[in-house]
Amino acid sequence: MRWLSWLVVALVVLWAVVPWLFTGYDPLNGVPAEKLQGPSAAHWFGTDAVGRDVFARVVHGSVHSLSGAFVAVGVGLVLGTLLGLLAGSAGGPADEIIMRLMDVLLSVPGLLLALTVIILLGPGTVNVAIAVGVGSVAAFARLARAEVVRVRRSDYVEAAFGSGGTFVAVLWRHVLPNSLGPVVALAALQFGVAILAISTLGFLGYGAEPPTPEWGLLISEGRNYLATSWWLTTLPGAVVVAVVLAAGRISKEIR
Amino acid sequence: MSLLDVRDLRVSYGGHEAVKGVSLSVGEGEFVAVVGESGSGKTTTANAIIGLHPGDSGEILLNGTDIARWSQRRLRVIRGAQIGLVPQDPSNSLNPVKKVGAQIAETLLIHRHGDKTSRRRRVLELLERVGLDDPARRAGQYPHELSGGMRQRVLIAAAIALRPSLIIADEPTSALDVTVQRRILDLIDDLRQEYGTAVLLVTHDLGIAAARSDRLVVMREGLVEESGGTREVLAAPAAAYTRRLLADAPALSARAFKEPPPQAGPAIVVRDLVKEFGGFRAVDGVSFEVARGSTHALVGESGSGKTTTARIVTRFEKADSGSVEIPGVTEFRRGVQLVYQNPYGSLDPRHSVARIVEEPLRNFRLGDRAARRTRVKELLDRVALPEALLERKPRELSGGQRQRVAIARALAVEPQVVVLDEAVSALDVTVQAQILDLLEQLQRDLGLTYLFISHDLAVVRQISHTVSVMNKGRIVESGTTQQIFDSPQDDYTRELLAAVPEPVR
Repeated sequence: MRWLSWLVVALVVLWAVVPWLFTGYDPLNGVPAEKLQGPSAAHWFGTDAVGRDVFARVVHGSVHSLSGAFVAVGVGLVLGTLLGLLAGSAGGPADEIIMRLMDVLLSVPGLLLALTVIILLGPGTVNVAIAVGVGSVAAFARLARAEVVRVRRSDYVEAAFGSGGTFVAVLWRHVLPNSLGPVVALAALQFGVAILAISTLGFLGYGAEPPTPEWGLLISEGRNYLATSWWLTTLPGAVVVAVVLAAGRISKEIR
Repeated sequence: MSLLDVRDLRVSYGGHEAVKGVSLSVGEGEFVAVVGESGSGKTTTANAIIGLHPGDSGEILLNGTDIARWSQRRLRVIRGAQIGLVPQDPSNSLNPVKKVGAQIAETLLIHRHGDKTSRRRRVLELLERVGLDDPARRAGQYPHELSGGMRQRVLIAAAIALRPSLIIADEPTSALDVTVQRRILDLIDDLRQEYGTAVLLVTHDLGIAAARSDRLVVMREGLVEESGGTREVLAAPAAAYTRRLLADAPALSARAFKEPPPQAGPAIVVRDLVKEFGGFRAVDGVSFEVARGSTHALVGESGSGKTTTARIVTRFEKADSGSVEIPGVTEFRRGVQLVYQNPYGSLDPRHSVARIVEEPLRNFRLGDRAARRTRVKELLDRVALPEALLERKPRELSGGQRQRVAIARALAVEPQVVVLDEAVSALDVTVQAQILDLLEQLQRDLGLTYLFISHDLAVVRQISHTVSVMNKGRIVESGTTQQIFDSPQDDYTRELLAAVPEPVR
């Protein structure tokens, strides 16, 4: 099953990079005559209320969701790892202050935290990504700190100081590379979580503006036709589920 | 008929054959030692005998019955009752959340031995028999409340609870200090004489095997190289490998003492060091001097403060009071280097050998890239490592090769003083002998001064010019190696020396 998760992720990345290879339909302008058709050979995921091909919208929307997730994970990874590295290597009051701040972040539910940040920054795709990223900083910082503390105690780090290494050099050459493994695994997991969170915020209307085909927004728009046209919500939803599960599976593998 | 007869035993782990046709036998009340280096298959053989890791083929005859194909369920009947096992690591072999009395009683319980009160009585008897004071109190204690030696006694008590006819002891004393080690081995010997129990001792320490056993089985790479009466094997080893083991084991090759060092100025002057850890005095007024170009050994058991002293000398730890002078060294981290005990932990697993050895040169900005590259090759040559290893990672090297890399790294910046913290303790005897030779040669060629931290008196006797014996944070005796070994003045030194297996003294 290993190849399947990689296949799913590879496919979605290709959708984002070269969407025109996968669908000939226009994601923004529909054919009103063909509105609300069920899945068929011509329209794999059916069409929506204004006759747009849903599959085309999912394919073209992947770029928004993926880039958002990348930014979110990037924010969490970089900020979190730096804070964790600093806390773990400096120790003392710096460690206490940083980690207690992280505890505060962790005590606020993720969605609430993201919403708070969005309200501060204003809605928009990039802001949503940053908001989701901020929510994962604490998880990254905790993990990175634990790894750094473990590596710092090892003989080879002391030996590096013993052979004249400066604090920054030892951190860069020995502590950081040897602490990163589990952090990278968490990044893969967070990628899936971020897609879900961005879709959630999109669904709530804080992300991309219509008619941008962002996945969460797509599902949200389909909600009005839930009783009559199940494919508008179910099929894009299934794509999100598949990608999140694949990311989780890959993370497990890295770990 | 022997008590235990193993015939052509083969054991493999996932396709790799660790034991390749081993035959050995143990007679009633006999003490047989299986000796070999790490990876020789000696522990695997012991585990296969009690069915902890079943063999692929071969016979294991216990009192004439082949138990090699027995199911785990049938084996349970003889484990503990007929064969007792004393495991290697006393700190991991007891359940930390159960009182030790209950853990001994478990053996009795499994074999339905007596009722609750008689079991309790037997446990106390056993604890007393293995030499624990106040058995009633000890039985109610948890493993963490006991010292390593006491824990090993508890494990022995559990092993002899049902008076098995055979005890398999897998490195029972490797994790213990020498004086404790001796008492534990004495205990096993006493029990053997009292109950007529046969002992199969698995050990890497030829000194222990030589001093205690009736018969010796020498293993190497899953095969028996040689077996026979201990005295005969030691007097006239038939296999070339046994001869090499004997020559390499520092305990058995009584070499001449080193000449006292030539009179030279001091390279290390330590005065009145004191270091406390939360009220506990780890180092208590330690003073010594080491002459330039000589080797000074700090000997002691765990907790004696020798490692803390070494860490203060290398400035990884700060003394509460006292001073360390290294005359003639201006840049401390260039002049003084530390080599660690564990060559697996002291090299960054992600770096190549070339990068590891080059690192000190980069830290001190010595030479450009090409010059550093040449110097690294030179250093590898110095420690007798082939150039082909340059791009290897530590995990691709053997223990001895790793320790050579660590030494090369220490030498890169041309230090005057090298502190060796148990630097050869984790190595097999033949590798240990090679590293010791290398250290001696480097000292001659480069005029290095060594501070050699060790618990192993046999090694110390071989390499050092002068010795300080440490106990409970204090130096109890100092002198030349010959003085310390031939005419020890302090009681503790005498006890330490008495604990070393016979031939070294």
